Amino acid sequence: MTDTVAQSSTVADAKAPPDTMAWDSGLRRLMMIYLPLGCFVLILLFPFYWMAITSFKPNAELMNYKDNNPFWISSPTLAHIKHLLFNTSYPQWLKTTMMVAIGSTTLSLIASTLAAYAIERLRFRGSPYVGLGIYLAYLVPPSILFIPLATVVVQFGLFDSPLALILVYPTFLVPFCTWLLIGYFKSIPYELEECALVDGATRLQILRRITLPLAVPGLISAGIFSFTLSWNEFIYALAFIQSGANKTVPVAILTELVTGDVYQWGALMAGSLLGSLPVAIFYSLFVDYYVSSLTGAVKE
Amino acid sequence: MSVTTLSSHALAQRQPNWIVRLFDCKPFLIAMCLAPALGLLSVFLTYPLGLGIWLAFTDTTIGRRGIFVGLENFQYLLTDPLWWNAVFYSVFYTAIATFGKFALGFWLALLLNNHFPFKSLLRAIVLLPWIVPTVLSALAFWWIYDPQFSIISYLLVDVLHWKSSNIDFLGSPWPARFSLIAANIWRGIPFVAISLLAGLQTISPSLYEAAMLDGASAWQRFRYITFPMMMPILAIVMTFSIIFTFTDFQLVYAITRGGPVNSTHLLATLAFQRGIAGGELGEGAAIAVSMIPFLVFATLFSYFGLARRKWQQGEAND
Repeated sequence: MTDTVAQSSTVADAKAPPDTMAWDSGLRRLMMIYLPLGCFVLILLFPFYWMAITSFKPNAELMNYKDNNPFWISSPTLAHIKHLLFNTSYPQWLKTTMMVAIGSTTLSLIASTLAAYAIERLRFRGSPYVGLGIYLAYLVPPSILFIPLATVVVQFGLFDSPLALILVYPTFLVPFCTWLLIGYFKSIPYELEECALVDGATRLQILRRITLPLAVPGLISAGIFSFTLSWNEFIYALAFIQSGANKTVPVAILTELVTGDVYQWGALMAGSLLGSLPVAIFYSLFVDYYVSSLTGAVKE
Repeated sequence: MSVTTLSSHALAQRQPNWIVRLFDCKPFLIAMCLAPALGLLSVFLTYPLGLGIWLAFTDTTIGRRGIFVGLENFQYLLTDPLWWNAVFYSVFYTAIATFGKFALGFWLALLLNNHFPFKSLLRAIVLLPWIVPTVLSALAFWWIYDPQFSIISYLLVDVLHWKSSNIDFLGSPWPARFSLIAANIWRGIPFVAISLLAGLQTISPSLYEAAMLDGASAWQRFRYITFPMMMPILAIVMTFSIIFTFTDFQLVYAITRGGPVNSTHLLATLAFQRGIAGGELGEGAAIAVSMIPFLVFATLFSYFGLARRKWQQGEAND
């Protein structure tokens, strides 16, 4: 490295500053970019590796670091996953979670598409304020709301029912999706709608045949985002659901699988792995939409 | 093309149908479009928010309607060492975790802004900690922090021989507090990094070229170009991060449940413990309401961040 700097500085004395010449040299790149990047990736992924490897380790290996290398499995086993699938109601929890996630995503997509269309396209007096109000709703965290919401849910007779979660999750999904879709509708040329209006289409026809088909990427981003957020939600599901069968995966693993003083780490990690997989797979199919929705929402 | 096919359809359907005409009436249509979103938000967000503030002034418990007791709940909280402890740890947790997330996240964003092979794959991998349900990754951290079989202890004691005994991560207050903060930073880095990366990519390269021609060093380019250009987006992302770190619940509930000896309670977990698990709805609501001043402060911060952004870009930017 000193070489390259020396060389470049002799050249650079006459013209450019040495910094620009040394910038792309290999060793420097390695030290400044690849090494820290490698550390970041290692640390960010290690808990998942640890989760995966624990869920396939037999109990004897889990508790014995002296005779086995803890970073590898010498005799992998499916016992933990079998236990999870056949001795607990894990499939039931997965089904409930899936139902809640799909239900609340659908509900909030419908509500936020209509709201975003009204705010962005049917411009009326005060529409920016409605938009701002919906944005502010996003800043109200669930931790403040769960106690009064619990009493509201009881009043509606929805306590211990997944329907309560389907109705409550849109409170944090709708603001986000609306904001995302307003940005998306903005990018669709208004002239297309004017043409349709001139041709005698009604407003609803315009929404259904012109705006929505053009906004499909935005709808997909909003849908993925809502699905992951509702899959991962914890505090409402913990507060509103009591019976074991109706719990969602994150709550059930923490409250039903953690029993007694000796934790069954194998089964716990297998449950976490299986609970994370659907979101991870879903995410990997739509990474680009996901990243663009995340960054788009921040830019808005 | 779709427009031409549409016109014939539309003409065919143009009958003096009152429903069609009603839906073409703009005020009615606006009301119909806004109804689902505003309905959901007002029933499940605005009403509970008001109800929560009301509950904080009553002595409601589960199964019994409370009566108005004025400021009694808050007076009690002010004399409660556990509440003060939770306030202290919430502020401490938010401050340290936000600082860590932004320092490391900004660094990661700067690294990801370079050109190298498999860039989009790497960007996808980096987001993983943020996608996966927090409780489930928290369980992995719980296992990593196990007193006997912690993999970190194994590395430090048996492989590197830096320490002579296992680290007791969650058994005593201060190590437990820092362990939770580390888990929170781990979870928050991806969001910060990817959001800031989006901001970095909007900075025009010509600014850097101009600075390099003027002889600016790498540090000067960062200090006088990258940082000021990133200020608006930093302000927004930081507000979000502060709000959701301050009101965090999942990590603490999953890993320590507020223990050991209540030293790691955040306001949210304390509210849950008193309000839902203990049944004292009024007191729990008062603890939750006591978070609001901090959140208002953070939102104002966001507002001025946004306002400054508008001002930097000129008025007509919408």
